[in-house]
Amino acid sequence: MGNEEAVFYSRVLTELTLSFHIIYATIGVGVPLMIMIAQWVGIRKNDEHYILLARRWARGFVITVAVGVVTGTAIGLQLSLLWPNFMELAGNVIALPLFMETFAFFFEAIFLGIYLYTWDRFENQKKHLLLLVPVAIGASFSAVFITMVNAFMNAPQGFDIVNGELVNINPIIAMFNPAMPTKVAHVVITAYMTAAFVLAAIAAFRLLKGSDHIYHKKALYLTMKVGLVFAIATALIGDFSGKYLAEYQPEKLAAAEWHFETKENAELLLLGVLKDGEPKYAIKVPFGLSLLAHNNPKAEVIGLDQFPEDEIPPLYIHYLFNIMVFIGMWMVLLAAWYWIGIKRGWRSVTTKWFRWLIVLGAPLTIIAIESGWWLAEVGRQPWILRKLMRVEDAATTSGQVDLMLMLFALLYIILGIGSVVVLRRMFRKNPVERELEDRHMGKGGDVQ
Amino acid sequence: MNLEILGISVLWTFLFGYILVGAIDFGAGFFNAYSLLTGKQRILTKVIQRYLSPVWEVTNVFLVFFFVGIIGFFPKTAFYYGTTLLVPVSIGVILLAIRGSYYAFETYGARGHKGYSFMYGLAGLLIPASLSIVLTISEGGFIEMVDGAPVLDYWVLFTSPLTWSIVVLSIAATLYISAVFLTWYANKAGDVEATDLLRKYALIWSLPTIITAGGIIFELRRHNFEHYSNIQTFWPMFLISFILFIGTVWLLWKRRSYGWAFGLLMGQFAFAFFGYGASHYPYLLYPHLTIYDSFTNPAMAISLIVAFILGLGLLIPSLVLLMRLFLFNKGYVRGKKDFHA
Repeated sequence: MGNEEAVFYSRVLTELTLSFHIIYATIGVGVPLMIMIAQWVGIRKNDEHYILLARRWARGFVITVAVGVVTGTAIGLQLSLLWPNFMELAGNVIALPLFMETFAFFFEAIFLGIYLYTWDRFENQKKHLLLLVPVAIGASFSAVFITMVNAFMNAPQGFDIVNGELVNINPIIAMFNPAMPTKVAHVVITAYMTAAFVLAAIAAFRLLKGSDHIYHKKALYLTMKVGLVFAIATALIGDFSGKYLAEYQPEKLAAAEWHFETKENAELLLLGVLKDGEPKYAIKVPFGLSLLAHNNPKAEVIGLDQFPEDEIPPLYIHYLFNIMVFIGMWMVLLAAWYWIGIKRGWRSVTTKWFRWLIVLGAPLTIIAIESGWWLAEVGRQPWILRKLMRVEDAATTSGQVDLMLMLFALLYIILGIGSVVVLRRMFRKNPVERELEDRHMGKGGDVQ
Repeated sequence: MNLEILGISVLWTFLFGYILVGAIDFGAGFFNAYSLLTGKQRILTKVIQRYLSPVWEVTNVFLVFFFVGIIGFFPKTAFYYGTTLLVPVSIGVILLAIRGSYYAFETYGARGHKGYSFMYGLAGLLIPASLSIVLTISEGGFIEMVDGAPVLDYWVLFTSPLTWSIVVLSIAATLYISAVFLTWYANKAGDVEATDLLRKYALIWSLPTIITAGGIIFELRRHNFEHYSNIQTFWPMFLISFILFIGTVWLLWKRRSYGWAFGLLMGQFAFAFFGYGASHYPYLLYPHLTIYDSFTNPAMAISLIVAFILGLGLLIPSLVLLMRLFLFNKGYVRGKKDFHA
């Protein structure tokens, strides 16, 4: 296998691992917060339904955490196995957040174990809530630190290059690079949003499938409300991200927007297809891009004409951008509709079709997460470290990457199917009605 | 002590931590699967599950910590080991993935699923084998530089007696460490039957462990003479290690103070492990890479050490809490109360 093939397979394998990992990782970051909120609401309202909600979510969470942990280990090692030259160089500058991430992960792992195995050991539910705090903090901070590493790849700084050597290294400046604030905020908030909508979908699904229990209604209301808050926050941060790109990474924004020529009063393109290098059938929003980029309808936006051809990212990222934004907007709308509907007593929000829309929200938000990551990563091409190291110079020289790709693909199929089967069985065998009954009979409601 | 030695000592200590908790974990999975096969499940499963359940995730972090730390402190290792270890480490990762997730699937999702238990037990035995390849390679002689890039010679690797001795040692030591620990744990739980069975396993596995460990030193004489002669200078450490080994076996034989037996075992492995590490100095990969030419810049080294100290400030109390709630909690160990969510 030549080096070109090794590069290609390394890219495919990294993409496969990350795409699989982020499904579980996103849930892993978001769900602990939701569990904590449910536990807290349960204590405040003295309502055992919410406490049970926290417990049942936690139980399902274990399965997703397990897959998240093992795929996270895989990507952690693959960084060095597939991109040894990159890690050798970047390790000098960005090892600190990578290292701190393992501490956050350690912290979370310890307290998750404690939380799961001390259920009902303490009389006081507040103690259980206290155990959840480090779990949620650890989960979120893993995301913060690892996203810092990724932000560094987009905006490397914290060192000087003298005669091809890295000198004057400052790990703190490398961590707090310009891409960091928007990236970290966007990743963490969308994880919360996704977790909320995924849990909402479960509640809506149970309501559709015959159970009319008040427990599911409470779960649905809580998750949709939290989802709404984070969806709005996501949209806001998305806007900041656009402004960041315009300032620091204009080629990514220009490629995502098919903005070929640098000009003032730039319009925003929605949808459309690319034919012979020209956008067709697109909806044009006048001044849209100037507004998105600089908050000023007349501002000049840098186009792709400012970049050498071999430094322009693939133009298909426009579709990814559209998918991400449209889903985000749709979820804001759906959650707002639901929330207002419940407050005002609209019939529409309790109909079957509306609940199906909520169920559909789960796969949609996951798709949005994937598209967003693909956009961010492919939009950085051809660089692995922007303006510093190209992807083809970073990859391994090993000849066995294709074989490893097949092995890992098989692994992810097994893990994906396994986790779905186990999760379904866990909750099928022990519906909430039975668990509530069991708890009243003092059996603790264990899945046996 | 300079920063390089401090860095490698910290990482070596974490690797030691991983080897201990990992061995207990891998061995326990194997004994569990084995007991299913031989119909002794009734005796062992409960004790094993009770220990493993709250800590399964923590074990994995020790490994992640080690490899993230070594890239951080010694970025050049990514170049040498990353390029050459693609296949063995990928296989190790896949086994870890199957094992970790199937543990969760079995424990939380589908109790008593035999297929999951077997996968779990088998994967656990193969992981130490696949990861111990790294130790073999570090002895040098398996990597050639071709066009400035390291290439692993699989033929030489797989025909070397050193490779196979290290593989056998890793498996035997895994089962030995695990059996000694579980003997102690079962004894604390007051489970006489499980204690007896595990004590038997411990005694069985003690012999291959010590024979291969000794044998490797002599194979090094042929393979890497420099390392071999360095080992000679550290002979008191290996002697102490051997005496501690005798102590463990004697206590097990006499059915006495299993806690002490496990303590001596930790000492035995600590002396051997650190003696081995110290005699490997200064090479990370003989003869291509020393800890000096691969060390990161001082700014990063200091910030990593600061992060490490702050991190430990957080971790140690948390680990103590974890142990007090489970490992050293009488009610929990004896299985009087099961509070899992």
